[in-house]
Amino acid sequence: MNYGPLLFLAAFFALAGSWFGFVLTPQAQVGRLQTTNMLGGATLYPQARPGLARQGLEVYRANGCADCHSQQVRQSGTVCNAVLSETGTNLPAVLAALLKLKPALSEPDARQWLSTLPRPVLEGLKPAEADAAVKVLNGAGAKAAVWIVPVGPDLARGWGKRRNVARDFIFDYPVALGSQRIGPDLANLSARQPDAGWHLRHLYAPRLEVKDSAMPPYRFLFERRKVERSPSPDAMVLPPGLAPPPGHEIVPKPEALALVAYLLSLRAEAPLFEAPLSVAPGPPAVAPGPTAGATAGAAAGTTSTNTAPTNAPATP
Amino acid sequence: MNPTASSEPAAASAIDVSCRRPLLVLLLSAAAWLVIASAFALICSIKFHSPDFLAGAAWLTYGRAHPAASSAFLYGFCLQSGLGVSLWLLARLGRTRLAHHWLATAGAVFWNLGVTVGVFGVLAGDRTGFEALELPGYATPMLFIGYALTGICGALTFHQRQQQPLYVSQWFVFAALFWFPWIYSTAQLLLVTFPVRGVMQSAIAWWYANNLRVVWLWLAGLGAVFYLVPKLARRELQNRNLALSAFWLILLFGSWGGIPNSAPLPAWMPALSTVGTVLTTVALLAVSLSVWKTAGRGAGPPGALENLPLRFVRFGALAFLVAGFMRVLGSIPPVSNVTDLTWFGPATDQLNTYGFFAMVSFGAAYWILPRVMGLDFPWARLARAHFWLASLGVVLLAAPLAIAGVLEGLKLRNPDNAFMDVVKATLPCLRLSTMGDLLMALGHAAFLANLAGLAARFYLPRAASLFSSLTLDLHKPAGAKP
Repeated sequence: MNYGPLLFLAAFFALAGSWFGFVLTPQAQVGRLQTTNMLGGATLYPQARPGLARQGLEVYRANGCADCHSQQVRQSGTVCNAVLSETGTNLPAVLAALLKLKPALSEPDARQWLSTLPRPVLEGLKPAEADAAVKVLNGAGAKAAVWIVPVGPDLARGWGKRRNVARDFIFDYPVALGSQRIGPDLANLSARQPDAGWHLRHLYAPRLEVKDSAMPPYRFLFERRKVERSPSPDAMVLPPGLAPPPGHEIVPKPEALALVAYLLSLRAEAPLFEAPLSVAPGPPAVAPGPTAGATAGAAAGTTSTNTAPTNAPATP
Repeated sequence: MNPTASSEPAAASAIDVSCRRPLLVLLLSAAAWLVIASAFALICSIKFHSPDFLAGAAWLTYGRAHPAASSAFLYGFCLQSGLGVSLWLLARLGRTRLAHHWLATAGAVFWNLGVTVGVFGVLAGDRTGFEALELPGYATPMLFIGYALTGICGALTFHQRQQQPLYVSQWFVFAALFWFPWIYSTAQLLLVTFPVRGVMQSAIAWWYANNLRVVWLWLAGLGAVFYLVPKLARRELQNRNLALSAFWLILLFGSWGGIPNSAPLPAWMPALSTVGTVLTTVALLAVSLSVWKTAGRGAGPPGALENLPLRFVRFGALAFLVAGFMRVLGSIPPVSNVTDLTWFGPATDQLNTYGFFAMVSFGAAYWILPRVMGLDFPWARLARAHFWLASLGVVLLAAPLAIAGVLEGLKLRNPDNAFMDVVKATLPCLRLSTMGDLLMALGHAAFLANLAGLAARFYLPRAASLFSSLTLDLHKPAGAKP
């Protein structure tokens, strides 16, 4: 083959093939994903992030947060748990059923065990085994159900309740999936650390909140200024080494507040058809984007009241 | 047609002269971008163990310096040096002068303008957020015009070739010439101009990054390898058909890759990407066998500097094989469960871009430029030092990062390991990789010095004689050259 045009066509068709495969086909499949109902409810998911959080995504992009933080929680599979939620009226029968399922338990222990419900009777089962166990419990008059539980190292680490799916990102531009975990995964950051004050202090001086953190400080997102008539309610409360000289205060710039609002809107735990998981009934365990983001804006204004990180995660 | 089959064609020197200006502009500015890129890369590398280093200024924060380094390297160095070498190969192998060489020179100027604007944009916070496509949208028109002008020059040169049968290198280089505008326009249109929705952005960004960093760099780099290896080893290319089959395999399977297994995309996409990546193994073996049979045993020509380009190209071919296998391994699910989202990916990427492509480009530049300029490089010892600094640097960069990646991945599998402990476990490797970055930066400075010295050696006497002729004899036409 010694002709330029033929060579040109060969290259063209080779590339067109992969373009068809990796650009056009997925666009037809997931390019127009819409919001949908969460499993077992009428709540729509996902909701677009609120305005301030959307500005925060711009700060996230401009400063390359995604270079060190992924937003892809992975999952190795799902298992089923047989969960007992109510004993019903026939306690002896339920006890007998429980002892049959958990032979290691002694009878007084089993009574004690039943005092805190709901809790899983057996964990990590195959669907058929879980069905059988639930049948035994329900047969005794108790209220039990099969729960679907995603598992994997990321989930065990507390980085999320399920894997991330395409639908989690439909409102984002740019989608910041990241490619490395130099820092922890952020896909569900607001579930782990909902305190806006913590995030601001962490951005200003990472090693203040996380010992030996490798994150660079982002002091250019903050402003040091003279205290005018009265100190700003937004002023940062910092330890002596970092505190500004008397008469000065350090306040977050709008970019910092937007970034924190975005970080607090990061939560992708809704049970979906493509990523099922069971959640406890009662108050909804999943707070969709806007709620978290809306509180972020409000919480960001109350940073002066931050004293100590109340619920700092063990592995931030 | 094999480049060693016949004696040097009569027109060789005329061809080289026609390439002189575009090649000097392309390769000299490529070297300058390389030095800029490695300075930023060094800053980024230091930040891993001293996070407070240069943290005060927004433009030097890791998330801006890092894309500045990678963009300066990819667009400033890789594409530019790849284009320069490709133009020369098309002219030499086609036995014809470079067609409208001013087109390539103008293209290079536009391209450099685009990269400059783009890198400043990234530092100002305008990065796009898509890996390998970080230069902001407003740099695109300049980049596109620059590439188009240079590419048209290459296509015209190919068209007016005096020798109908094509040599292997021409296949690779010609395909590369067209590959970039297609992938770049797709990515630019669908990610920046009319952005697609949701994770489709990531899918297209991965497709583009793979096509640029793997397929384009392989096509352009292997084109140079298949020319230089027979030339430098003074043997005909062995197993020409193996080389051609490698071309087809890369074309067909190379671009079906780059989508990580952890991606939140329909499962068939990562699966297909794994299949495509694994199939490139055959291409890796074909290239390596062909290069090994040609140059593995054959001694290079005598004389230290004569031997230098061959050393660079041999190192590049070895890095091509290793990086290619790391890429294949990293795409297979049991391995990728560990290596995805760790340092293993950057290690593979660095070994492919620096270890393979940049090293081959260095070898090509050390071979081509003395011929084009008609002069030897001014500092032979510096060039030899460059080889040792660069090869040691690449090894010290990629090997610790690969180890850090595997270590990190294995430790992250166990949720009992606190995240901070995992980070700390990788620190010794990151320190070593900083050493690698430092050595490479020194090597690149030596490369730039030699190129600039060569240009000065060529132009200073001409400028001096021009100046004296202008001042001594005003009747002589000013443009007269010796």
